[in-house]
Amino acid sequence: MRRKDANSALLSNYEVLQLLTDLKEQRKESGKNKHSSGQQNLNTITYETLKYISKTPCRHQSPEIVREFLTAMKSHNLTKAEKLQLLNHRPMTAVEIQLIVEESEERLTEEQIEALLHTVTSILPADPEPEPEPEGTAASAMEQEGPA
Amino acid sequence: MFVLVEMVDTVRIPPWQFERKLNDSIAEELNKKLANKVVYNVGLCICLFDITKLEDAYVFPGDGASHTKVHFRYVVFHPFLDEILIGTIKGCSPEGVHVSLGFFEDILIPPESLQQPAKFDEAEQVWVWEYETEEGAHDLYMDTGEEIRFRVVDESFVDTSPTGPSSAEVASSSEELPKKEAPYTLVGSISEPGLGLLSWWTSN
Repeated sequence: MRRKDANSALLSNYEVLQLLTDLKEQRKESGKNKHSSGQQNLNTITYETLKYISKTPCRHQSPEIVREFLTAMKSHNLTKAEKLQLLNHRPMTAVEIQLIVEESEERLTEEQIEALLHTVTSILPADPEPEPEPEGTAASAMEQEGPA
Repeated sequence: MFVLVEMVDTVRIPPWQFERKLNDSIAEELNKKLANKVVYNVGLCICLFDITKLEDAYVFPGDGASHTKVHFRYVVFHPFLDEILIGTIKGCSPEGVHVSLGFFEDILIPPESLQQPAKFDEAEQVWVWEYETEEGAHDLYMDTGEEIRFRVVDESFVDTSPTGPSSAEVASSSEELPKKEAPYTLVGSISEPGLGLLSWWTSN
C-alpha cells in the first residue's frame, strides 16, 4: 500500500460528522455483518469519533451555513487553516480569536476582531440555550477578566 | 483535525464474496485493514471516504481470490502544527498532563509547556497552575475529566512493525514484555492566554 497524497484535502468536523452518521445508517440497514471481528475496529473508531464530534459546535451546522460562513469570511483575509478552525471551534471571545489567527495583533485591529466575532456567532448556530448578552459586551468583558 | 489522504492498494476478495457488489466488498476490506489503525507518517485512519478508481481485477494461479488495485481516499486524523484542539484530561503524572480525545489517547502536555508557574502536587497526583493576582496566589488544579484547550506543537510517528527474530536464545530466556510504544503521539502546549482548562477562561 502506498499513499499518493498525504494531504489532499482538509475536512471540517461537520463533514466528518455527516460521513460517519451516513455510514452508521448504511450499516444499520444492511445489518448482518456488523459484529464480525473484522468490523470491530470500524465500529469502535466510528463510535468514539462520533461521540467526540457530537460535542463540538459542528452538530448544528449544515452545508448552507458552511457556505454562507465561507462567503462572509472572504473579506477578512484569513488562511484556510484559520477559517477551518473558526468553523470547528466557533470562538465567542477575542482571546480565542487571537489563538486561532496567527499574529492577530498585527493583522487585525480591535474592530476587525469584533466584526469577526460577530460574523462567527451570527452565522454559526450555537447550542440552543438562552444567550441574553450580545457578543460585543461578552468579548470586552472577557479581555479584562482573564481566568476565572 | 481531519484530512483526506489519497492511497493506492491491492485488495484481495476471496471467492465466497464474489456474489456481493465489488465496491461493497472492497470498501469492507479497506475498512477492515485501516480503520482505527495508525499509518506511519500519515495519521490515525478513521474510515473510507470514497473509491476514486478501480483497476482491472486479476486472479492469480494457485489462489482463487481476485486482486484489484484500488485508488481511494481515506479520512485520517492528523492535526496540523499549531492547531487548537479541545480534549479531556485523562490524568497527570510527573511527565506532564495526559489528554484524550476519546478516539485518540496519546496526547501529552509536558511540564515546560504548562501555564507557568506550575507545580506537581504529589499527594493528589495533579498538576497545579499557581496563578498570581494582587490578592494572592490561586491554585488552579488540572483535574481528571476536565475539558482542556491546547495547541498541537509536535507529533511523532514510531514504526512499530515487528523487527523479526533477534538472537533466539536471549529473547526466549527473558520474561519481560517489550515496552509498548504508541505509534503516533502528539505533544501539546497550554502556555498561552486562552489555553488550558475551559473553566479558567469562561466568564458567566
